[in-house]
Amino acid sequence: MLYELIVFLPLAGALIAGLFGRALGEHGAEITATLLLCIAAVLSAFAFYDVAILGNAKTVVIANFITSGDMVVDWSLRIDTLTAVMLVVVNGVSSLVHIYSIGYMHEDEARPRFFAYLSLFTFAMLMLVTSDNFVQMFFGWEGVGLASYLLIGFWFKKPSANAAAMKAFIVNRVGDFGFALGIFGVFFLFGSLEFKTVFDAAQAKSGAVFTFAGFELNALTTICLLLFMGACGKSAQFLLHTWLPDAMEGPTPVSALIHAATMVTAGVFLVCRCSPMFEYAPDALAVVTIVGATTAFFAATVGLFQNDIKRVIAYSTCSQLGYMFFAAGVSAYEAAMFHLFTHAFFKALLFLGAGSVIHALHHEQDMRQMGAIWRKVPLTWGLMLIGTLALTGFPGLSGYFSKDAIIESAYAAQSQVGTYAFVLSVAAAAMTSFYSWRLAFMTFHGPRRGDPHVLDEAHESPWVMVGPLVLLAIGAVAAGVVFAEYFIGHHRADFWRGAIFVSDAHKALLDEIHEVPKWVKYAPLVAMVIGLGFAYYFYIVNPALSARMAARQGPLYQFLYNKWYFDELYDAIFVRPAKWLGRLFWKGGDGWLIDGFGPNGIAARVLDTTAQAVRLQSGYVYWYAFVMLIGVTVAISYLLTVSPGAP
Amino acid sequence: MTYQTLLGYLPAIMPELVLGGGIMLVLLYGVFRGERSLISTALLTLLVLCVAAYYVVLGASDARVLAFGGSVVIDPFASFLKLLILGASAVAMIMALEFLKHEKLNRFEYPVLIGLSALGMLIMVSANDLMVLYVGLEMQSLALYVLAAFSRDNTRSTEAGLKYFVLGALSSGMLLYGISLIYGMSGTLNFDVLKGVIETQGMSIGLVIGMVFLAAGLAFKISAAPFHMWTPDVYEGAPTPVTAFFAAAPKVAAMGLFLRVLFGPFEAAVAQWQQIIIVLSVASMTLGAFAAIGQSNIKRLMAYSSIGHVGFALLGFVAGGEAGVKGVLIYLAIYVAMTLGAFICILAMRREGRQVEEIADLSGLSTTQPGLALALLVLMFSMIGIPPFAGFWAKFYVFLPVVEQGLYWLAVVGFLASVVSAVYYLKILRVIYFDDPAPRFTEPSYPGNGVLLAMSVLFITFFIFWPAPLLNAAGVAASSLVK
Repeated sequence: MLYELIVFLPLAGALIAGLFGRALGEHGAEITATLLLCIAAVLSAFAFYDVAILGNAKTVVIANFITSGDMVVDWSLRIDTLTAVMLVVVNGVSSLVHIYSIGYMHEDEARPRFFAYLSLFTFAMLMLVTSDNFVQMFFGWEGVGLASYLLIGFWFKKPSANAAAMKAFIVNRVGDFGFALGIFGVFFLFGSLEFKTVFDAAQAKSGAVFTFAGFELNALTTICLLLFMGACGKSAQFLLHTWLPDAMEGPTPVSALIHAATMVTAGVFLVCRCSPMFEYAPDALAVVTIVGATTAFFAATVGLFQNDIKRVIAYSTCSQLGYMFFAAGVSAYEAAMFHLFTHAFFKALLFLGAGSVIHALHHEQDMRQMGAIWRKVPLTWGLMLIGTLALTGFPGLSGYFSKDAIIESAYAAQSQVGTYAFVLSVAAAAMTSFYSWRLAFMTFHGPRRGDPHVLDEAHESPWVMVGPLVLLAIGAVAAGVVFAEYFIGHHRADFWRGAIFVSDAHKALLDEIHEVPKWVKYAPLVAMVIGLGFAYYFYIVNPALSARMAARQGPLYQFLYNKWYFDELYDAIFVRPAKWLGRLFWKGGDGWLIDGFGPNGIAARVLDTTAQAVRLQSGYVYWYAFVMLIGVTVAISYLLTVSPGAP
Repeated sequence: MTYQTLLGYLPAIMPELVLGGGIMLVLLYGVFRGERSLISTALLTLLVLCVAAYYVVLGASDARVLAFGGSVVIDPFASFLKLLILGASAVAMIMALEFLKHEKLNRFEYPVLIGLSALGMLIMVSANDLMVLYVGLEMQSLALYVLAAFSRDNTRSTEAGLKYFVLGALSSGMLLYGISLIYGMSGTLNFDVLKGVIETQGMSIGLVIGMVFLAAGLAFKISAAPFHMWTPDVYEGAPTPVTAFFAAAPKVAAMGLFLRVLFGPFEAAVAQWQQIIIVLSVASMTLGAFAAIGQSNIKRLMAYSSIGHVGFALLGFVAGGEAGVKGVLIYLAIYVAMTLGAFICILAMRREGRQVEEIADLSGLSTTQPGLALALLVLMFSMIGIPPFAGFWAKFYVFLPVVEQGLYWLAVVGFLASVVSAVYYLKILRVIYFDDPAPRFTEPSYPGNGVLLAMSVLFITFFIFWPAPLLNAAGVAASSLVK
């Protein structure tokens, strides 16, 4: 019952707020949805304790979903430590986002709709993380995609929000296509879609091959790569990342929810969930590492010079997800999940804090219009600072434990891709520090750059918004030190209890990270200090220099500021040809060919025929008589000559 | 034939005797009461029709009873059609009262003429002899000519009556010419004897020509293309209740007679007449569908609609066999219910003391009179043949035997014609449901039409739940004709 409640309370909230929002009133709807989610969050904490600490993993079957030939799919909830962690993350962050939204969205007319979407989003994510088979996971997967579309496009009167919503949906479709193919492949190879059956058989099938178009492909590697393609779409990894920054068009709480707890973490979760398959597909793991490390580096570089406060954090998310992926790629799944866990706290904190700033400055998002407001919003300032410290890996805070573990495990993996990931991730850590502090300095310190009137009027947010921030800040500070032992330390075997599978070859990796050389241990810290130093110099000591550099617009600056020109590239390669093709089919195929010769053409011919038929009716009796006689004559002539039975 | 023998035949033709005698009495009553006796004569005529129907039911049996030396036949087929004719006549008469009152046409001749026409129709469907056939046909036709011109002071009505009379005379001439040829070639007027002659000697050239002329005369009465030309003009010109009557009872009688002639004496000549009927059917279906689209007058549209429906019913002729005839009978019964319902709606189109007839006059009816709009919706959907309404099953039971006979191309043509015909039915619904509302129609002063319309709509809607009575009756009737 506990797990059913955890999963379905958000759905109930979504339905109540969505369908009866008008009857309940705006306030009633938001309170109902928030309350149900908070209950679910508290229950999730119990579940986490029960499953992860006490070790009562179980599977709850709810109903049969599909039975078709050999394929049997159930609605069921697989609750193990991996799921329990996700339950806490999803419901915890989501409930705080709900509470926060009551304050943030208080001016919006369509709040019932907003809360319905938020709860639906949460429900879809819960469906995803609790599934015990690929089909139910796909259901949640697509539900998350739908809800993100609805939420990003929540302000549907803004054309940019609509475009961003469509972009998110379409880019995700690319990934989902791979995911769906992967599921087909799983069924083809294993004859089942249930995780347990598939994972148990993974080792036996590691040598199987697909023969496709004359190529022999390792079946497991192919499937894992296809699944990873889906993960790339949802988690905005390199090449499929373009939707994530645009998703900032949604209201800020949505950004926090997407970036911290739901949606983007789905890909990481998928890879960790499928660890028994990935472990037997080393080539796929190598690809995961390379893509993850590249994303971590790439997104960090782009984040360096963005001016929109939310975009900076968005690229930061993209980069941090890269960390999680390459951690999984070097078989440090526990470290990936740990970073996912800690990241949820400080990223939600940063986003909601940014939302608080935006709220304080009357929806100003451009950091070039901010500055020196830390005295006006001291609480937000302090909390944001905690978030920044946690993100940059300040010793003792949560990010320090998880991120450093990832970087060290990349080094400890002792492989070429591991080294690649290590080098890029240390560089990315420096850049992370730079853009995070740049954000903090530009927003709260330095010279006042924006409209003095707006800056003077900046005010602290109400408690309904700051309260969640405080809770998140506690998490951001403490999550690392409290849980490190469980997630990645010596207790990890008792904690995970087989929810994550690591092959014997990689089993000791998380122990080996303690024996890496000293310089490796200090590398992230040094990188962080370097980044902080640069940021301090450019934005506190000598802000004029940075402004001059930005104004000069050097080629590197342009390249980074324009996000490596990915949008322009995709526009040229995919969007414009697709539009051209669509126009061809629309104007030529549908308009000219099908409509012209189909409905419209036939309709026009019908009308022509009608005109002729009506003209027959002249009104003259002799003409009518003539037609009758002609009819008789023709009939007789036919029967007497042509007809087969003619006498 | 002795006096006693003749007297012995009388029980068999009780419905006709009751109707004939009753109508004469009503006529006398009307003459003595004078001009203001429309309502009472109508009620008396209704009584006479009901008694006649009672005797039809009383005399109905599975047996095939011959009377007057085999020139009259009473079988389930005749009984089925007679009940349909009497019912349609009664409804057409009752629904006219409101209209006649408003149009200052409240003369007692109207019910009398309807009754006389119905008498002719009863004789038609019981005919087993070419002479009786002709007498019945002329009897109903003469009454119809007068009815068409019933609004004597209206030029369109008189024009309609005249056109109908002239062309009807032409068709009668062709019919008579055909009869004379048949008689000349076979030496008999009796259907049963004629059947034997054709079976043994085959179709001579004279018989073929005679059959074509006979068929042309009957095709005129059912207004099958290309013998339909009178229909739109007469339907439009005649007073609306008369048009309703034209579209219902005479069609049933003529179709019945047509069936009896083709499946009786000319059964052996099926190879020849089947081809004629195919042409009539296809021409009627397509012309009905295409020409109706161009109409703006709803009565004229209904004329083409009835031509199209006749085309569909003729499909059952083509398929032949018991299933085909059964299909025709079911089609006729449902068609009568639909068309009378539709005309009741048309009669309700009365505004500012004037009957309106344009489709555009219906605009926005769904907001001003939602009940009437809904009734029209059901009727139009049924006419298109959209399930679950009765019109779908009517089409179903004629298409099914056609398909079973392997005449797929014909079924496809019928289907396409049905699709095209949907255009004009839906056009009416578009005007009703999507155009800006026009002023309300005047409320009727008698409740009768509303009740009749409700009956029609309920029958059409709920036929699917209770089809057995009609299907069984039609089955019995069909099996008595086709053995």
